[in-house]
Amino acid sequence: MRNLLRWETALVFLLIVVALTGQVSTDGSFLSGGNLFYLGLDIGEIALIALPLTLVIVAGEIDLSVASVLGLASALVGWLWNAGWPLETILPVVVVAGALAGAVNGLLVTRLGLPSLAVTIGTLALYRGLALVVLGDTAVADFPAAYTDFGTTPVPGTDIPYPIVLAAVLALLFGVALHASSFGRSVYAIGANEEGARFSGIRVKRVKLTLFVLAGAVAAVAGIVYTFRFSSARADNGVGLELAVVAAVLLGGVSIFGGRGSLFGVLAGVLLLGGLRNLLILQDTSTEVLTIVTGLLLLVSVLAPSITRRVATLRKVTP
Amino acid sequence: MNTRLVLALVMSGAVALTACGGTTKDSAGQQTGAATGSAKADPNAPLKENLKITFLPKQVNNPYFAVAQKGAENAGGSIKAEVKATGPSDAAASSQVTYINTAAQQRQDALVISANDANAVAPALKSARSQGLKVVTFDSDAAPDARDVFINQATSNEIAAGQVKLISEAVGGSGEIAILSATPNATNQNAWIEVMKTELAKPAYAGLKLVETAYGNDDDQTSFQKTQGLLQAHPNLKGIISPTTVGVAAAARYLSSSEYKGKVQLTGLGTPNQMRKFVQDGTVKSFALWDPSKLGYLATRTAAALASGQITGAEGEKYDAGDLGEYTIGAKGEVVLGPPTVFTKDNIDQFDF
Repeated sequence: MRNLLRWETALVFLLIVVALTGQVSTDGSFLSGGNLFYLGLDIGEIALIALPLTLVIVAGEIDLSVASVLGLASALVGWLWNAGWPLETILPVVVVAGALAGAVNGLLVTRLGLPSLAVTIGTLALYRGLALVVLGDTAVADFPAAYTDFGTTPVPGTDIPYPIVLAAVLALLFGVALHASSFGRSVYAIGANEEGARFSGIRVKRVKLTLFVLAGAVAAVAGIVYTFRFSSARADNGVGLELAVVAAVLLGGVSIFGGRGSLFGVLAGVLLLGGLRNLLILQDTSTEVLTIVTGLLLLVSVLAPSITRRVATLRKVTP
Repeated sequence: MNTRLVLALVMSGAVALTACGGTTKDSAGQQTGAATGSAKADPNAPLKENLKITFLPKQVNNPYFAVAQKGAENAGGSIKAEVKATGPSDAAASSQVTYINTAAQQRQDALVISANDANAVAPALKSARSQGLKVVTFDSDAAPDARDVFINQATSNEIAAGQVKLISEAVGGSGEIAILSATPNATNQNAWIEVMKTELAKPAYAGLKLVETAYGNDDDQTSFQKTQGLLQAHPNLKGIISPTTVGVAAAARYLSSSEYKGKVQLTGLGTPNQMRKFVQDGTVKSFALWDPSKLGYLATRTAAALASGQITGAEGEKYDAGDLGEYTIGAKGEVVLGPPTVFTKDNIDQFDF
């Protein structure tokens, strides 16, 4: 736990470094309200999906289908809207559909005992395919401004985007669930030692199923946010977003092998990745460099926590 | 228990996002178009110097847009404007939005953009315009109320009529011809095919007979096989029009390696780089496409004219576009670049895209 805290301290330190260099090198426009609003919009969906995915990864599983669920949710919103449904009905229905998509993942993993990596690579393709069946390659864009404003305007009187408010509320819920409930304890236990967890009476399959359902439901919420932010329901919305989310979660110090990590670190990771990207674009860094920096950061994120851990173990061994 | 509790919370959150009352497609009023700037155009205003213009293609490292970017940079040089090219590495519907927001944040004077998705970029473009940026779209338009002017590469009439003229010249004015299109529901291609049919009905093309329209789905392999199918089904076929870059290249590849080479003519819309080999080996006499560098040049000059107050984007306004001469803004804020460029053995080596 001490080592984890150390990594999170490093993340906060990095965040401050990025914020300060950004502020100086852009003559103060990096931390201006307008830019922070844009930054908030850009990381909104990633922050949302990272919340349940953190729990999934802490439990030693992975869900790579989240971005496809986002696309499927977006396609469903467009399709049902075209069919004349009221949005007030569409939105809950789509969230339930997302939860169902997550349940399929969860059942395949827990009931058939398949590895989640393989299952969710399969459903990554499957859900994206379903999205294309639902909406084809058309876009639905005639949503009322009252809804699209949710994704394009700040909360009145502030520079805070609505999706960030939503993410903050959910972060609180997930934070309590992971760090201050017996449910969260069992998630860590499963990730650290699944066999041991089972023997100590934790209903491993049930917990895992719950996590996949949550990942699907929140991915669908992110799909709704995405649809309104771009006022565009499309089957190919969010292609490749799962990698950005997984990168943020790992950068946040969550171990890909399960059992370790905190939601606070993940939120710092989301902010760091998003902030760095925003700053580099603001400084007209070429796309190639941007891709390389993101890739390197991901490598560092996987390496650094394990190195700090190893150093700490070495210290313990050699007096 | 936990499953249901958290799910209920998530769902209530989603429901809370929505306002009360049923909002359906029918009840929601169509969004009204933004009025074009209330400022008056002053055609005699001097072009401002040191304008900052952001050039935002659909995708960076795409050869087509690299050529357009050269044109934009030329235009920038001609008026002492600073043209900055930036953009996403993938052409997903929404990936341009970050860059639009950045341009607004950087207080650029104008934005020249080829929209990946007409609607996905609209909110960001509107927000950028409200902060004073002039927005010019080229190649692919955004929602009309989200931009000032759209530079259209060519009208459907010009493209389709040009294609019929090229095939007529290639086959000597008479014989059976066929069309190899993209997908059966491709908007652009279908519009062009309609115009081609009207053109073919004219007395000048009385000798030409359209026998089949095949669809290669803009897939190389399918287009290749459809070409083969057309030739087998119509032994007297003299020419093929393929108004899609994928189709024309696949058809040329088939023809060049078959017994029909030189006997069955081919024209279409293609890029010089993919067609060079087939023009040089005699498979294809001529084909057409607009010149992306001119497109980038015109879009940038238009952005400068907007930012200098020479035009506001209203129909009928005229402005000077440097090397390309004078242009007039048409209906719905559209400017048409002009007829497509025709590429033949004689000029193809001047183009690299």
